[in-house]
Amino acid sequence: MVGDKTISSRIFNATNMIILGIIALLCVLPFVHVIGSSFATGAEIARRSFLLFPTEFSLDAYRYIFSTDTIIRSLGVSIGVTLGGTIWSMLLSVLTAYGLSRRDLVGRRFLMFFIVFTMLFNGGMIPTFLVVQQTGLIDSLLALVIPVTINAFNMIILRSFFMNLPAGLEESAKIDGCNDFGVLFRIVIPCSLPAIATISLFYAVTYWNTYMHAILYLNDPNKWPVQVLLRQIVVLATGINYDGAEYTSVPPPEISVKMAVIVVATVPVLLVYPFLQKYFAKGALIGSMKG
Amino acid sequence: MESPLTVGKKQVLTKAERRNELWRKIKKNKWIYLMIAPGILYFFVYKYIPMYGLIIAFQDYKPYLGITGSEWVGFDHFRRLFADPDFWMIFRNTLVLFALQVCISFPVPIILALMLNELRNRAYQRTIQTVIYIPHFMSWVVIVSISYVMLTLDGGIINNILRSLQFDQINFLLNPDWFRPMYILQIIWREAGWGTIIFLAAIVAVDPQLYEAAKIDGANRIRQMWHITLPAIRSVIIVLLILKIGDVLELGFEHVYLLLNSSNREVAEIFDTYVYTAGLRQGQFSYSTAVGFFKGIVGLILVVFANWLAKKYGEEGIY
Repeated sequence: MVGDKTISSRIFNATNMIILGIIALLCVLPFVHVIGSSFATGAEIARRSFLLFPTEFSLDAYRYIFSTDTIIRSLGVSIGVTLGGTIWSMLLSVLTAYGLSRRDLVGRRFLMFFIVFTMLFNGGMIPTFLVVQQTGLIDSLLALVIPVTINAFNMIILRSFFMNLPAGLEESAKIDGCNDFGVLFRIVIPCSLPAIATISLFYAVTYWNTYMHAILYLNDPNKWPVQVLLRQIVVLATGINYDGAEYTSVPPPEISVKMAVIVVATVPVLLVYPFLQKYFAKGALIGSMKG
Repeated sequence: MESPLTVGKKQVLTKAERRNELWRKIKKNKWIYLMIAPGILYFFVYKYIPMYGLIIAFQDYKPYLGITGSEWVGFDHFRRLFADPDFWMIFRNTLVLFALQVCISFPVPIILALMLNELRNRAYQRTIQTVIYIPHFMSWVVIVSISYVMLTLDGGIINNILRSLQFDQINFLLNPDWFRPMYILQIIWREAGWGTIIFLAAIVAVDPQLYEAAKIDGANRIRQMWHITLPAIRSVIIVLLILKIGDVLELGFEHVYLLLNSSNREVAEIFDTYVYTAGLRQGQFSYSTAVGFFKGIVGLILVVFANWLAKKYGEEGIY
């Protein structure tokens, strides 16, 4: 028998481990470089061509970007949109998913088709823009939330999860005198916390990363979420004082300022990630296998 | 009329009774309909009304006249579309980027999943997985911004390394030749790790006896991958490929828009970015809606075709 202990098998294992290790490093090194440079002094950035960890630690870049309201305001917008949007989206997604998970619902197949079809075909950017305009959302932060209330894919993952709960749960709750809302909020949701957590995080990450809808629907720079500001500063290099604000400190080198803004726009996702990584993977599986 | 209450035989219901039965079922679930109403309303307003709005592609739409008041022009915008050299440039760019995605970035997660599955050390495997998922949660703005600060001529780390190795510096951001490699590498960087989840799950479900049998037949690890693992996850690969093909023209507005500039427009402009510029920036609502409509129809046809093809070859497809 050819076991796992042959020489060729060992070589295979070692090569495989090394290649995957390198790939993993390539995934994180750019982030390490960005975080490292954001804490470096201007002199060090100019001196060293390859910087991962700064030898002299400096908060100048952060002091500089937080010395006006610009970043703080857009962080506030992003946090508000993320919290509010996630709650709103989850509420409607859970209600819809639970309703459509009920096997005795007349018209269920039609309603599912009605939703799934929107994943295959849609009106596109301009007609959607016109509807957003008609519903009065232009230049309102609600434009980042209302037009994307339910993600059909997320809703289907939730629905698959609800459909896999034992049918007896519902029946016994009904015998105990619960109505449909009672069953959903007292029984089904508490039993589905892993799925609820996963989908909430999918929504939260999407809302935190929202960019396209902001450039489509918001003209007022004071309402820009942090992603739009990030593009202004890094890609267009227009600086962060587009509103003509006065800075109290001497500007640190442009590159470490850009790095610091990238870090600020990324940190919330990075903080959430380690705690919920296991849920993400599980949730994505439910969706892919049973969608 | 007397209702047939015979037990054991199939009930024969009259039309009126069937209607009553239906009403009874609907009434029983009135709270459920109330629950799904807001969701359905959302899909109706923000998904179906825009589909209705596509008719402005056949009009000379004027915002102050609205859909009901604007003049009908038939297929004029489509005729202009097919006569426009820019349209063919965009068409070509879209197809090239799509082909690159299917041929280069689509197989990467499959290969990664195969490699991860061969790792014997579980702790190491979990660490690698945790790390390669991370970029998926970064926005395109973050991914593109990190690329910018690393690739810029003005002190970017990549050009610093090139310089210290005595190579010429490369202007990655403005040189049109570098747009496609940069685009596809960014996609791989952001999505490859995340894409392994589904393939890994499919691999774990493969019957271990198959591997034992192959080992007895003298198959080495590479041959086991090729002859057992890959065929076993074939249907998952096909379903995901169909979904990918369905996205044929959805190359990601954000990603391309962020990379697009006047010097790489020749290779970078795609349908979505063009719709945005021509429609919202220049106010050609009807014309750019026609462009979007064309794109949507092609995408729909392709996904239906891919699904049909998959079914013809005995696979499940997506519907």
